[in-house]
Amino acid sequence: MARVLAGGTDLIVQMKSGRLEPALVVDVKRIPAMHAITAEGGGYRIGAAVSCAALGEHKGVKSLWPGVVEAAKLIGSTQVQGRATMTGNLCNASPAADSVPALMAANATVRVVGKSGRRDVPVADIQTAPGKTSLAKGELIESIFLPARSPNSGDAYLRFIPRTEMDIAVVGAGVGLTLDSGGTCTAARVALCAVGPRFILVDAAAKALIGTKIDAAALGKAAAAASAACQPIDDKRGTKEFRIKVAGVLTRRAAMKALERARGK
Amino acid sequence: MMDGIHVKTTINGDAVEYVCEPDETLLDVLRDRLGLTGTKEGCGSGDCGACSVTVDGRLICSCLMLGAEAQGHEIATIEGMAEGGKLTTLQQKFLDHAGLQCGICTPGILVAAEALLKKNASPTETEVRYWLAGNLCRCTGYDKIIRAVMDAASDMRRSA
Repeated sequence: MARVLAGGTDLIVQMKSGRLEPALVVDVKRIPAMHAITAEGGGYRIGAAVSCAALGEHKGVKSLWPGVVEAAKLIGSTQVQGRATMTGNLCNASPAADSVPALMAANATVRVVGKSGRRDVPVADIQTAPGKTSLAKGELIESIFLPARSPNSGDAYLRFIPRTEMDIAVVGAGVGLTLDSGGTCTAARVALCAVGPRFILVDAAAKALIGTKIDAAALGKAAAAASAACQPIDDKRGTKEFRIKVAGVLTRRAAMKALERARGK
Repeated sequence: MMDGIHVKTTINGDAVEYVCEPDETLLDVLRDRLGLTGTKEGCGSGDCGACSVTVDGRLICSCLMLGAEAQGHEIATIEGMAEGGKLTTLQQKFLDHAGLQCGICTPGILVAAEALLKKNASPTETEVRYWLAGNLCRCTGYDKIIRAVMDAASDMRRSA
């Protein structure tokens, strides 16, 4: 079994604990393109080895997709930020990965490279179960693509943790939305983490926002739809009931934050 | 056992070469092969920050990096901080404010705090606390550490 080493903040811990004993570790950081953030088609292509710290220092990505950057900046400590990557966060395939709902809300895709060439895949299609991905043997992700953003758009990611820092999401919600010139929502994406074995793209919550001015009634419907989509487990971090409730609350708050950003505030 | 990997790197400004196992962490290389025992092992899983070093100026946990990855990079450890035995302002402030008791977390906190002050010469107390959230100290209750960093930043701004 071979394993790709990007930031190593999950892989090396798993190797040391004995959970993984790869016969081969391939360090993709020796490939210069893996470190690049490049402007492409009005969006940005982010190499698989770009650390969250480096991403957070990139003014272009931060101003285009602030919700993605704020999600990536929640992963671990300053030290972990120095190494951890969004691609690794995705491929580690934990359903609590902070950056993934934000990437889904931004409609991001990943470029998968393998023996048969390259293919672009929506972020939502990578994780298939806790610890499992849809990547075939011999495939790896070389970059994440954040698309161009329509005018009057905003995104946001919020999570609940019992502490203020250094914790794993009990629930996380990412929201991306677009307004027309009159302030009516024309497009929305809502994604949740840590409330099921997979990340959940909540179409019903998006539909509750589209066509509205994102008023209290629409926000209430979106929150209810998010809660209804949850299939959480009880564990030491939170009960099912708590997670279902908080998923709605965070969806509403993230939508309000995304709305402020879409209005240019 | 797999063959050792030959690595050429720079540590605290000095060219260093070593051979390490493919699965050996940078922390183990520093401590067990190079005798640089200032960098401490606390948790070994990236939670406590005792093993903090910088790689090309970027703060990281050396327990979460393989020794083999250091090839061609510049590593800085606590041993490179004081010049010719003279403590830096930051180090002196930890003594002045008693920002340590057992001392196991201290090298990591100094390396982390120095990295912060290089990036941000005027951090707020909140910024210092968040930056150091990944450095655990079980003795001081943190207040003295935060005061030492804030005071060092203030002195360093005055003398800059």
